[in-house]
Amino acid sequence: MIDNPIYLDNNATTRTAPEVIEAMLPYLGTFYGNPSSMHSFGGQVADKIKAARQSIAKLFNASPDEFIFTSCGTESDSAAILSAIKAFPEKKHLITSSVEHPAVKNLYENLKKQGYKISLIPVDSKGRLDLDFYRENLTEDTAIVSLMWANNETGTIFPIKELAQLAKEKGVLFHTDAVQAAGKIITDLNDAKVDMLSLSGHKLHAPKGIGALYIRKGTPFYPFLVGGHQEGGKRAGTESTASIIALGRACELAMENMEKEQNEVKRLRDKLEKALLEKIPHSFVNGDIENRLPNTSSISFEYIEGEAILLMMDQFKICASSGSACTSGSLEPSHVLRSMGVPYEAAHGTVRFSLSIYTTEDEIDFVIEKMPSIIQRLREMSPFWKG
Amino acid sequence: MWEYTDKVREHFINPRNVGEVENPSGTGDVGSITCGDALKLTLKIDENNIITDAKFKTYGCASAIASSSALTEMIIGKSLEEAEKLTNDDIVAYLGGLPKEKIHCSVMGQEALQKAIADFKGIEIVQKEGNIICHCFDITEDEIRHAVSEHGLSSIDDVTGFLKAGGGCGQCHENIQEIIDDIRGDLNKKKKSASKLTNLQKIKKIEQTLEEDIKPALKKDGGNIELVDVDDNRVIVRLQGACATCIKSKETLKNHVEAKLRQKVAHDLVVEESLL
Repeated sequence: MIDNPIYLDNNATTRTAPEVIEAMLPYLGTFYGNPSSMHSFGGQVADKIKAARQSIAKLFNASPDEFIFTSCGTESDSAAILSAIKAFPEKKHLITSSVEHPAVKNLYENLKKQGYKISLIPVDSKGRLDLDFYRENLTEDTAIVSLMWANNETGTIFPIKELAQLAKEKGVLFHTDAVQAAGKIITDLNDAKVDMLSLSGHKLHAPKGIGALYIRKGTPFYPFLVGGHQEGGKRAGTESTASIIALGRACELAMENMEKEQNEVKRLRDKLEKALLEKIPHSFVNGDIENRLPNTSSISFEYIEGEAILLMMDQFKICASSGSACTSGSLEPSHVLRSMGVPYEAAHGTVRFSLSIYTTEDEIDFVIEKMPSIIQRLREMSPFWKG
Repeated sequence: MWEYTDKVREHFINPRNVGEVENPSGTGDVGSITCGDALKLTLKIDENNIITDAKFKTYGCASAIASSSALTEMIIGKSLEEAEKLTNDDIVAYLGGLPKEKIHCSVMGQEALQKAIADFKGIEIVQKEGNIICHCFDITEDEIRHAVSEHGLSSIDDVTGFLKAGGGCGQCHENIQEIIDDIRGDLNKKKKSASKLTNLQKIKKIEQTLEEDIKPALKKDGGNIELVDVDDNRVIVRLQGACATCIKSKETLKNHVEAKLRQKVAHDLVVEESLL
């Protein structure tokens, strides 16, 4: 087993915060009661869930009763989108972008097979949405718009406040997948008037298997899971009590650490990026540098292939991700990079570094020290590298 | 994470014979940067037709680099006659196996070797001829036919793993399946295509079966069923009335509706409940 890696893959998943583990453990053991029970043994757990709902609401500047807990970000996305089309059965048009996460992308593709017309908003070379296309395609026949708050591969942030406003003017429901944005940037729902928002616990230092869905008051909602009365009838199934309590604690920590995320994490990310671009020729950053998550850096290294880079990094216990085709089992490189028009040869050699508040200066220095020789070694093997 | 053997990992981390032979006797260039992998193999061949040196340069993933490294180790010291017999399966065996999706890395090795030997012999390798099936990776019908019949491939995934064909946009999947069906001469499949219904016939038959054989039984229990869509062999329906809320509706769909439709229309139909 490998422990203590240099973990720069926080957009894939994060370390569960020690404070979070501490908060949740008693509810796996001693306090195993069912929050729906009449007795106080169960009732005390219900109180903790209520507190967790308040913590999550605080992070988003919303009201606690506007959140339901789900099993993951994907469930939240499916629940939001399928509810919207149930609420407006006569509307047969859906909007999303060309760079969404598979949780939204593949659901839309399924709906397309069922007869829905899909408008995919294209992006420019920096991954920014074509707003004119969005305005032109937003119509009364649109059942829902689903756009991510921030992109998982490049960190590019979409102007969610404006996008939601435009949908509102047309009376169209607006959902955002905020799985990557939550806890990393300010996501104030009193400011950005989205109707629904998805969140995943394990991307902000809670464990895997817990998510949440925000449903603004007054938004029509048809439950995805039908059964018991839990979550106000909006999501049946006995609550995953310990994980919900964990998510609440993680949201509290995210608020406390927001400044660190914006300053310290960003400083380390910028240091890493600047050093790698300086030391490694024929490399460039993908995404909107002006409007980006503070923790993410997507760098393309030309003339070499991403899976090979990752496995070389693995020798030094450095963890990251790649936009390369070879890592995923498909032969096409990342749809996000291809949508941005990144050429195949660069898309294949793209590495995504994603930091967290646990990333240290020493780790970044180590990566800066090791990366140039890894890239150089692979380039020397490449028939396309001419030195 | 791919499950690579220790040997693949070792050849990737410490590749043998990286570089280019000076004044090579033969050169084999395969792949392209767009496809995600490419290999340049250079050979030194002496007057007795023995390969005295081989070097490679590879752009690609770990298994492409390991396959190239293994290839050079396998051919140095061999006569041309022996080397010509080397297949991609030999490279895979040498490495102790490759994931199915990575077999094309070993195929690339075999192709580069054949090209390098042809170059040495001064034989012009004929440009690809025939009908291109996979436009993303420029793979012809002949290549797919050859791979399917010689290597026992039986699915589109197999073909993609072997040749990359079908790994891009996916538009050629139908054509690849036809080639596989054709070569494997599967009797059942032939039978099926002989009696294959057109889409319109299929939908009509499904509607007729629903009307005559299924709805009357459901109506007796206060329920009903509506056809939403037919997508290839998927029949998407919506249960209504008492059926919509009945906890046994899933059972009804599978045991009654699907069984009836299979019996009356086509044996491969799958009934799904509409999510909408």
